[in-house]
Amino acid sequence: MSVRITFITAGRILRQLLGDHRTVGLILAVPALIIALISAIMDDAPQVFAQVGLILLAAFPFMLMFMITSITLLRERTGGTLERLMTTPTGKLDLVVGYGIAFGTAAAAQTAVAATVAFAFLGLETAGPTWAVFLICIVTALLGMALGLFVSAFATTEFQAIQFMPVFVIPQLFLCGLIWPADQMAGWLQGVSDALPLTYAVKALTEVRTNAEVTDAMWGDLAIVFGAVVVATVLGAATLRRRTN
Amino acid sequence: MPPTPKAAISVAGLVVDRGGNPVLRGVDTEIAAGSVTGLLGPSGSGKTTFIRAVVGTQKVKGGTVNVLGHPAGSKPLRRRVAYVTQDASIYRDLSVKANVAYFAALYGRDKHEAMRAIERVGMGDHANKLAGNLSGGQKTRTSLACALVIEPEVLVLDEPTVGLDPVIREELWDQFRDLAAGGATLLVSSHVMDEADRCDRLLLLREGRFIADDTPAQLRASTRAANLEAAFLHLIRELEGGE
Repeated sequence: MSVRITFITAGRILRQLLGDHRTVGLILAVPALIIALISAIMDDAPQVFAQVGLILLAAFPFMLMFMITSITLLRERTGGTLERLMTTPTGKLDLVVGYGIAFGTAAAAQTAVAATVAFAFLGLETAGPTWAVFLICIVTALLGMALGLFVSAFATTEFQAIQFMPVFVIPQLFLCGLIWPADQMAGWLQGVSDALPLTYAVKALTEVRTNAEVTDAMWGDLAIVFGAVVVATVLGAATLRRRTN
Repeated sequence: MPPTPKAAISVAGLVVDRGGNPVLRGVDTEIAAGSVTGLLGPSGSGKTTFIRAVVGTQKVKGGTVNVLGHPAGSKPLRRRVAYVTQDASIYRDLSVKANVAYFAALYGRDKHEAMRAIERVGMGDHANKLAGNLSGGQKTRTSLACALVIEPEVLVLDEPTVGLDPVIREELWDQFRDLAAGGATLLVSSHVMDEADRCDRLLLLREGRFIADDTPAQLRASTRAANLEAAFLHLIRELEGGE
C-alpha cells in the first residue's frame, strides 16, 4: 500500500465529486432539510425528535455513502478505468482507502451542515458532547461506504446497484431502532438487530444522548461499527480483481 | 536491424477460455524490443483477449506470457507497461488535463509532463474540456495521453485508431514509430490493413490461432500478393482449403 497513491486517488475522486455541482448541493442540503421536516412533524414531541433526529443525523450519511460508493465504483468497473488502474502501481487498498478518504470527507461536510442546523436551529440536544455525535456519524458514513463498495461487486448495472438499497440499507434502518426501539421488538428480530452494524451506531448515539460524559459503552459500540467498516472494506477490496474473464 | 533482437514480450502456449469457449487455442510468439508489432484479425478473433493477457488483466487457462522478463501483470511491470483499452478508459466527469494529470501522478510525474503528453496527441486546445463531452476520437487520444505520459517501455494499444480522421491517424503512427525508435516496444491491434504496412512485424489472429507471424515484406513475398489485404485473404483461403 502506498500513502502517496492513496491520497492521489482520494484527490481524483473528490475532484470528480466537486465537478458535479448539483450532487454537491444535494449532499449538503438534503439531510438538513429532511431533519428540519421531521422536526416540524414532531413539533409537539421534542423527546421523540431528540431520538429520531439524532439517529437520522447518522442514517443520512450512511445511506448516501452507500449509494454514491456503489455507483461510482460500479462505473469504475464497467467504464474500464478499474482495469486500467489495475495495470498501474495502484494497489487495491490504495483505491479502496482512497475512496474512504474522499467520501469520508464528503460525509464530514454533510454531517457538519446537518448537525449545525439540527443543534443550532431545531433544538436537538444531547447530554454528551457534540464531537462524539460527529465522530459516530463519520464512522457510520464509512460503514455505508464500505458496504457500497462490497455490494458494487454484485451489480452489473447502476439500476441493480440502486436495487441493493432496499436489501442492504432499508432493513438496517428499520431494525436499528430508528422507527421502533430494538428492545421492544420480537426476540428473533432483536437477534437480527444485534447482528446488524448500524444498530451499534444507534446504541453509541443513545449513549451520547443520555450521558454527559463519554462512556466506555459508547466507545465499545463505536469500535464494533468500525470493526464492521474494516471487515466490509477488506471484503470490498477482495472483490477487486486484477485478472478477470 | 540487430541480428538477434531481444524479446520484450514472449508468449508460449497461451490458452484462454471465456465462458467455456476457447478464445486463444495455444498461441506462441516473440515480440522484439524496440519494434512495432501489429496484431490483426477480424473482430471476435481474440485480439483483445491476447492484449489483456499481455498486460496481465486476463485470466489464462494455460501457457506463459512474459514481458521484459517478468510474468505479465506482475508488480515490477506496472511501472513499465502501459495499456490503452479499446474504449477510452478515462473519467468522463474530469477534464482532459485532470485525467492525464491523475495517471501521471500515479507514476510520480507532474502537471507539465501531463500537458506535454496532451500536446503530443494534439489535444492541447481541449485540455480543459470535460472528457465526457469529447468526440470518440478525442476520448481515444486522451486515453492515449494517459499512457504516453509515463513513457512506458512497453505500450500495448487496443485498436487505438478506430474512428480517427486520417491526418491524426497518420500523426499517431508517426509517434508510434518514434517511440519504437527510442527503444519502446509497441503492440498495436487493428483491423485496418493499411496500417499493417507501418509495423515491423505482423501477427494475424484468426479463430484463436496465429495464422501469420512475419514481417510485412515477407508476407507479401511468400503469398505473392500485391498488398497485405490480398496476402491475408490468400492465407485464410489456403487455410480453409486445407481443412
